[in-house]
Amino acid sequence: MRAGENRVWLLHIAVVLVILALHFVLPPYHHGILARVMVLAILAMGYNFAFGYTGLLSLGHALFFGAGMYAMGLGITGLGLSPGIAVLFAIVCSVLVSAIIGSLALRTAGVSLMIVTLMFAQAGWYLILYFGEITRGDEGFVIPQAQRLVAGIDLADSNNRYLIALILFAIVLFTTLKLVRSSFGKALVAIRENEERAKMLGYNVFAYKLGAIIVSGTISGLAGAAYGLLFGYVGATFASVQYSILPLLWVLLGGASTILGPFVGTLFMTYLIDISSEFTEAYLLVAGVILVLLTLFARQGIVGEVKKRFAPWLP
Amino acid sequence: MAAVNLLETKNLTKQFGGLTAVNGVSFELPAGQVRALIGPNGAGKSTLVGLLCGRIEATAGDVFFEGHKVTHIPAHKRIGMGMAYTFQITSIFGKLSLHENVALAARPHHKGGAGDLDQAVFGALGDVGLQDRAEELASDLSYGHQRLLEIAMGIVQKPKLLILDEPTQGLADVEVEQFNALIKRLSETSTILLIEHNMNVVMETADFITVLNFGEVLAEGTPQEVRANKLVQDAYLGAG
Ligand SMILES: Nc1ncnc2c1ncn2[C@@H]1O[C@H](COP(=O)(O)OP(=O)(O)OP(=O)(O)O)[C@@H](O)[C@H]1O
Ligand SMILES: [Mg+2]
Repeated sequence: MRAGENRVWLLHIAVVLVILALHFVLPPYHHGILARVMVLAILAMGYNFAFGYTGLLSLGHALFFGAGMYAMGLGITGLGLSPGIAVLFAIVCSVLVSAIIGSLALRTAGVSLMIVTLMFAQAGWYLILYFGEITRGDEGFVIPQAQRLVAGIDLADSNNRYLIALILFAIVLFTTLKLVRSSFGKALVAIRENEERAKMLGYNVFAYKLGAIIVSGTISGLAGAAYGLLFGYVGATFASVQYSILPLLWVLLGGASTILGPFVGTLFMTYLIDISSEFTEAYLLVAGVILVLLTLFARQGIVGEVKKRFAPWLP
Repeated sequence: MAAVNLLETKNLTKQFGGLTAVNGVSFELPAGQVRALIGPNGAGKSTLVGLLCGRIEATAGDVFFEGHKVTHIPAHKRIGMGMAYTFQITSIFGKLSLHENVALAARPHHKGGAGDLDQAVFGALGDVGLQDRAEELASDLSYGHQRLLEIAMGIVQKPKLLILDEPTQGLADVEVEQFNALIKRLSETSTILLIEHNMNVVMETADFITVLNFGEVLAEGTPQEVRANKLVQDAYLGAG
C-alpha cells in the first residue's frame, strides 16, 4: 500500500513539474493559453469536488466563481485592499457565500438541486447587473496594472502570471488530492454511492454535503479571484450561466471524480475550440460533435477511461 | 436490582397512509440478550427496527436507548450512540472494495490510527470469512456473501445493539452454521436483535423471542414457550 501511495504523489508532482518545464519552452501563444487553462482548471477542480466526488450536480458554480472575482476586484478598486489581502478577502467571502447557498440548496437533491443552484446563480448574476453603479454591470471593470503588484511582482507580466497560476493550481491540486484521500473525502464518496447506507453507518449526511459545497465553492471562488487578478478584468459574464455549464463540461470531458480530470478536460476543450475555430466558423459544432463522441465512447472522460483501463489506482 | 433495559419502546406506532404497519408496540430488550423478532411476511418487523434506529420516523409512541428518549434523534446520532443496523435488502457500496466498505462502517466509531483501523477491518472481515477477498469490489460478491459483508459492517462498529434484518437470507447451510457460531460469540459483547425467518437459526441462537403479527406483539417468551404457543403456531409456524 505504501508503494501505491508514493506512486500517486509522484505522478501529480511530475504533472506540476512538466507544466513548469513547459514555461521555459512554450511559444508565447500557447504559454498564454496554458496560464489561462490552469486558472480555469482550478474552477473545474472545485466543481469536481462537489460533482465528481460527492455526486452533487450543481448548475450554479458561476455564483462562486463570480463571488470570488468580484470580492477580489471590488476589494482592490473599492476598498483599496492590496492584491494579496484582496484574494484572502475573496476566499473569506467565498466560504460565506458557499455556506449560505449550500445550507439552503442542500435541502433539495437531484434535479431540484440543479434548478435551485441555477436559480441562485441567476439571482447573483442579476444582482451584479442591478448594482451596476458599483459593479459596472455588463461592461465590468479593469484592474489597473499599478494595482496588480504583489511584493514587487507585476502580475500583468506573462511570465509571472504563468508561474503564479501554476503555484495556485498546484496548491489546489495537492489540497484536493489530500482531501479526497482523507476520511472526509472517503465519506463523501460513500454518500455519493449510497446515501441511505452512509446515514445508517452514522454519517451526518447533510453536514458532509455542506462541507463538500463549502470546499467546492471556496476553490471556485479562489479561481475567480485569481482569474480577475491575473488577467486584470472583472465582468458579469464570469457570473453568467456559461461559467456554471463550462466546469461541468470540463469535468465530464476530463473525468469526474479523478484528480487530474478537471485539468485535462479544461485543456482539451480549450484547444478543441481554439483549433477548430481556425478551420471553420462552426467551431462550436465541431466541439459539440467531439463532445458527443466522447460521451458515447469514453463515458468516464479522458482520465476516467485511463483509470478504468490501465490505472485503477488513480485517485 | 432489576435488569437494565438497553432498549425500550412505548406504544410505538407507524402508519403508512391508511396502513398501520406497527401498532402500539411496547417492547423491552435487556442488555446482553439475543432477541429474535419473528412473524409472517408483512408483519411489520422491518418497520419496527427501522423505528428503533431512526431510519423511519414514528407516527406515535417513543423509543428509549440506555434510558434516553431517542424518538426524535436523527439516525446518524443513534448509530453514534451505539446502535448498528444491517439492511434486509442488501445495501453496500458496490463500487468500493470490501475493505473500504467495512472501513467506512468503522471510521465514525474509530478513535485510533490507520493501523488500528486496518486491524479492526480485517478482524470483522475475518469474522464472516471474507478476509481473503478484502481488495475485491463488493459488487463482485455473490448475494450471500454480500449479506455477510453487511454483517461485517455491523460487527466492526462494536455496537452496543446490533440489529440484523434477515441476515441468513441467501446463505448456504455451512454459512448458516458459521453464522450461528458468530452470533454466539458476538453476544458476549453486544446485545443482538435479530429478524429471522430461518427457525433453526432462531432456536439455535435466541435467548428470547418476540412474535409480531399485523404490527402487534402476538407473543413473547423463550424459544420453548414460543414454540408451544398455540397462537403463534396458528399465525406463523403452522403456516411456514
Ligand atoms: N415505506 C412504506 N410505505 C408504505 N408501506 C410500507 C412501507 N414499508 C413497509 N410498508 C408496509 O408495511 C407493512 C409491514 O412491512 P415490513 O417490511 O415492516 O414487514 P416485515 O415484517 O419486515 O416483512 P418481511 O418478512 O416480508 O420482510 C407491509 O404491509 C408493507 O407493505
Ligand atoms: Mg422485513
